Amino acid sequence: MAPPRNRRPGFSRKAQLQIFTGYLLAFTGAFAGLLLLALSYFDPAAFSAVRSMTAEVTAPPARLLTGMRVGTQNGWREVAAYFDAGSKNAALQREVERNRMRLIEARALRQENRELRRLLGLIKQDGRPVATARLINSSASSSRRYATLDVGSRQGVQRGQPVRAQRGLIGRVLETGPNTSRVLLLSDAENVVPVRRARDGTVAFSQGRGDGRVDIKLIDIGINPFKVGDVMVTSGNGGIYPPNVPVAIIEKLTNDGAIGKLLANPAGTDFVIVQEMYEPELAYPEASGLPPADSSPASPLSAPRQRETQPPATAPAPTSSAPDQAEASVPVQGPAAR
Amino acid sequence: MNDLYRARLNREPSAFRKAAVPIASVMAASMAPLLPIVASAPVLPPFGLVVLICWQILRPGLWPVWAGVPFGMFDDILSGQPVGSAVLLWSIILIALDLIEQRYIWRNYWQDWFIATVCLIFAIAGGLAINNFLVNDTRISVLFPQMILAIFTYPLVLRLVARLDHIRLKR
Repeated sequence: MAPPRNRRPGFSRKAQLQIFTGYLLAFTGAFAGLLLLALSYFDPAAFSAVRSMTAEVTAPPARLLTGMRVGTQNGWREVAAYFDAGSKNAALQREVERNRMRLIEARALRQENRELRRLLGLIKQDGRPVATARLINSSASSSRRYATLDVGSRQGVQRGQPVRAQRGLIGRVLETGPNTSRVLLLSDAENVVPVRRARDGTVAFSQGRGDGRVDIKLIDIGINPFKVGDVMVTSGNGGIYPPNVPVAIIEKLTNDGAIGKLLANPAGTDFVIVQEMYEPELAYPEASGLPPADSSPASPLSAPRQRETQPPATAPAPTSSAPDQAEASVPVQGPAAR
Repeated sequence: MNDLYRARLNREPSAFRKAAVPIASVMAASMAPLLPIVASAPVLPPFGLVVLICWQILRPGLWPVWAGVPFGMFDDILSGQPVGSAVLLWSIILIALDLIEQRYIWRNYWQDWFIATVCLIFAIAGGLAINNFLVNDTRISVLFPQMILAIFTYPLVLRLVARLDHIRLKR
């Protein structure tokens, strides 16, 4: 059967109109989609309320499912641990002996480090943990990389706080609801993190590729110093992310940097830690020999200079705001008003 | 006596079930991103769209052409895409499917699969294009696994939807 010549369903005016209205609505809908996209473009937080509400509603079953997933994973791990348990036990005992020695050394080093810092007058600002939580789901079907965390503003989580796992950085908090929050993962293309090479401090920044890896881009363009296997840690520049959190291990070299594999795989981590936003280390004013930023009074030169630029009609205005200064500057104001 | 036979003769499927089963199935499939999968790459096929395409191919004219707008809105809120992307893409896909339905009436299974493949690739790549326009550039090669998975999910979902259609029209 060939398709009918005209698409009219018959002589029923109502049926014809219904088809026409359907198409009209469909095209209007597509256009409305464009408008919504424009809204998301100009105001990325426009729909955050709806999203966080949905996340709140769907969080309890997601929590349950996550618990089941983690339980199954741990169960398998325990079963797998029974194979070669004997040899592993012996190896672990040897390692415990070695680690005990190292632990003592590390304690001594920590003490020394503390004393040296005190000497230098540095305030140590650790990103104190705000909350410990699980990632309950993620935007697995989108090309953006978000995950949902099962703590929110009620637990003290705030926008911008870094999220890390034991093995390394995960991302940062993007939106918060009462009991859930959205995390921008490191592998998202929008997530740029200042990093440095753990070995010698070569500065670079990492940008997500969308596939669980990051681009490590050099700031200093020149000979590519990276080698496969280098570990990149956060540098702490610019705040937000505390320094020395492992980020990625370099997997492949490119023309202008390298491609790194994330050290903390969000899929494999059980718990993550939300930390306070990092503010760069401040030096004690006394130690650095500089005056404190806000303790010096405003320089007296600024007042007459401002009056010179102002037209004479507005000259009385500053006198009302600062009467004691006005008395002092009467001889200065006199010739300016004339 | 009369009531007893009336209950068994001339039966009609429940009107509520007829309307609700397809809608509920698409919405349930759109909720797939709520599963406890923390993926570091896009891997999950857009199940909501796959189910929508399957219903449209199995039962053309089940929904009006504008059905992509509400379904797309629901999917956008859950999927993490910028709101509006599925509204736009799904509307275009449904209009295209409607036109195909009018032009090419007799199609076989493979042709249907091909049409669904084109639609899915369009939707996935379109979602990436929208993201790239709005924020930053991600390579399209990141999406190949998701596209392949989506294409091979289609026949499975079509079976499932056919099964649901039986439930829907059960008397």
